[in-house]
Amino acid sequence: MNIVKLAYKQLATRPLHTILNVLLLALGIATITLLMLFNAQLQDKLLNSSKGIDLVVGAKGSPLQLILSSVYHADIPNGNIPLKEADQIAKHRLVAKAIPMALGDNLMGFRIVGTTHDYVGLYGGEIAEGQLWKVSMEAVLGANVAKKSGLKVGQNFAGSHGLAGNGGHEHDDNQYHVVGILKPTGTVLDDVVLTEMQSVWDLHESETTTNPVFAQPSKPATAAKPANDDDDEEEGKPRDITALLISYKTPLAVLALPRHINANTNMLAASPAMEAARLLSIVGFGLDAFRAFAAILIISAGLSVFVALYTALKERRFDLAVMRMLGSSRFRLFTAVLLEGLLLAVASAALGLAIGHGVVELAGRTGMTPGLALTGRYWVPQEALLALLAVGVGAFAALIPAIQAYRTEIATVLSER
Amino acid sequence: MFALKQLRHRYGGGAEISFPDWVLDAGGHALLVGPSGSGKTTLLSIVGGMLQPTSGQAIVAGQDLRQLSAGALDRFRGQTIGLVPQKLHLIASLTVAENLQLAQYLAHLPKNPQRIHEVLTRLGVAELAQRRPHQLSGGQSQRVAIARAVVNKPKLLLADEPTANLDDDAATAVIDLLEREAGEVGASLLIASHDGRVKSRIGHSFALQRQQAEETA
Ligand SMILES: Nc1ncnc2c1ncn2[C@@H]1O[C@H](COP(=O)(O)OP(=O)(O)OP(=O)(O)O)[C@@H](O)[C@H]1O
Ligand SMILES: [Mg+2]
Repeated sequence: MNIVKLAYKQLATRPLHTILNVLLLALGIATITLLMLFNAQLQDKLLNSSKGIDLVVGAKGSPLQLILSSVYHADIPNGNIPLKEADQIAKHRLVAKAIPMALGDNLMGFRIVGTTHDYVGLYGGEIAEGQLWKVSMEAVLGANVAKKSGLKVGQNFAGSHGLAGNGGHEHDDNQYHVVGILKPTGTVLDDVVLTEMQSVWDLHESETTTNPVFAQPSKPATAAKPANDDDDEEEGKPRDITALLISYKTPLAVLALPRHINANTNMLAASPAMEAARLLSIVGFGLDAFRAFAAILIISAGLSVFVALYTALKERRFDLAVMRMLGSSRFRLFTAVLLEGLLLAVASAALGLAIGHGVVELAGRTGMTPGLALTGRYWVPQEALLALLAVGVGAFAALIPAIQAYRTEIATVLSER
Repeated sequence: MFALKQLRHRYGGGAEISFPDWVLDAGGHALLVGPSGSGKTTLLSIVGGMLQPTSGQAIVAGQDLRQLSAGALDRFRGQTIGLVPQKLHLIASLTVAENLQLAQYLAHLPKNPQRIHEVLTRLGVAELAQRRPHQLSGGQSQRVAIARAVVNKPKLLLADEPTANLDDDAATAVIDLLEREAGEVGASLLIASHDGRVKSRIGHSFALQRQQAEETA
C-alpha cells in the first residue's frame, strides 16, 4: 500500500465519474493535438515545397492560384507564358537559377510536369529505381505516384486531361514510358510525374487546344509569331511554358525583380512565401474557432474534475479522518488528494495525445486531405506543453479539495454521527 | 500507561469538561464509564493524540503529548495508539487486507503481510481478507476494525462503545477479543462504555460524572 495506489483505488471505486472526467479532458487535449499536428504538417509541407523558390513567374491572374498550381500542384494554372519571354527573365542579372515547367496532363490525378532535371535537385530528390528522363515521353514517378499507381520502371501509361483523376479524355496513342522512380522526400515531389517539356508540347501540338490549360487568354498575346530565331521553336511555332521557378542571386532582388516583371512584362510574379503566409492566415481563422472549442472542453473538464473530487471528498471525510487517526500527517492527505487529480490528468493527457495522433493518422490513411499526406507519427514540441497544461488543470482542480483534506480534524469528524 | 494532570477541555463555545487526575499502569485494563455527554469520547481523543486539550497535561506511554511537534504526534499516534472508533470507519474503497496495509503504511512501518495474516487469523476473519467492507456483517466489520487497531502492536488500545447495539453474547465476545488482543501485543486497554454488561467483565474503572455545566447549559 502506498499513496499512489491509494489514489488509484479511490478513483477506481468511482469508475463512472473517473472515466467521464478522463474522457472529457482527453477530448479537449485530442482536439488541440489534432490542430497542432495538422497545422505543423501543413506548414511543413508549404515550406518544404517552396524551399529554394524565391519567385514564381507565370501568366497574369491570381498570385495565389499561380503559387498553388505551379508550386503545390493543387490548382489549375492561370495560363501560359511564352518561352521566349521567360528566357529573358531567366537571363536577368538578379536571377541565380530559373527552372521552367510546362504543366500537362495527369496520371490518376497526379500532375504530369514537363521540366528540367533541376526540378528534382530543387527538392533534393534521388532516384530510387531506374534513371532520370532523357528524351520526350520518358517519365519519372514521384514516390507516392509510384505507390498509388503501382506502375513499375519499364511500364507505359497514358495521361488524361486536366488535374481531375478521371473524366478527361486519354491520350491513348501517346504513351509515356516509365524510366525511373524517385525516393520519398516529404515534399510535393512525391506527388508528381516528371518528364521532358518536349513531351507536353508534343502531345498538345497534334490537336486543337481543347485543354483548358492551353486555352487561356495569354495565348493570343503571343500569337503574333516572332521570327524563326530560336532552336526550340521548330517550324516557327512559338513554345509556351506554364511557369518559371526562380531563385535570387542577391536578397536585393526581392524588391527589384517582382516589380520589374509585374510592371514591364505581360507576366505575373508571385512570392511563394507571401502566398503561403496568406493561405495559412486564412486557414488560421478556422483553426482559431477549433482552438476556442478545445479551450471550452478543457475548462469544463477541469470544472468537472473539481466537482467530482469535491463531492467525493465530502463522502470521504471519514476516510481522511481515519487516515489521520492511523498516523498520517496533514500533508500526506493533501498529497493523496492532489495525486488523484494528477492521476486523472496524466491518464487524460496520454489518452488525448493518443486520440489526436490516431485521428490524424486515420485522416492521412483515408485520404481526407488530398495533397497533404498527414501522418500520426509526427511529434511537435508543443505537445509536451499540452501534457503539462493537462497536469496543471488536474492539479488546479484538485487543489481546493486537497486543502480541505489538509484541514481534516480527526476527533470532530470521527465522533460525528 | 497514561497519566492525566488537571486536564480540561472546552469545545468552541461549549461548556468545559474537566477530568480527574487518573493514572493507568502499563499493561493495565480499564473501563471508562459515565452518562452520555460526560466526555468519554473526548477523553479517548485526547489520550489518543487526536485532540488538543484546552489546558492540563496528558502523559501517554511516558510522553507528554504537548511537547510533540505536529509531525511527531502523527507518528506517535500511528505507532503507539490503536483506536477502534465507535463507528468503525473502514475504508470502503480498500479490501480488508488493504485496510490493514494502509495502517502499516501510514504509521511509517515496513510492509508486513505475515503480521496482517496473523492478526486476521487470530480474529477469525482471514478468509475475508480480499472482501470489501460493504461485503462484511456488522460483527465481521468490528473484528476487522480491531485487527486494524492492533496490527501495529500499539502500546495503548482504545475502544469507543464497542458493545453498543450488540446482544449479550456478542458483547461478551468483543470484550474478550479486546482483552485477548491487548494482552497478546502487551498493550494497555481503555474501553469507553456506558454498558452495564461490560462493567462486570473488567474490574478497574474510571467514572466520569455528569458534567455540571452541561446540565445548566
Ligand atoms: N465536536 C464537538 N463540538 C462541540 N461540542 C462537542 C463536540 N464533541 C462533543 N461535544 C460535547 O462535549 C461533551 C462531551 O461529548 P463526548 O462525545 O465526549 O461525550 P460521551 O461521553 O462520549 O457521550 P456518549 O456516551 O453519548 O458517546 C458533550 O456535551 C458534547 O455535546
Ligand atoms: Mg462517545
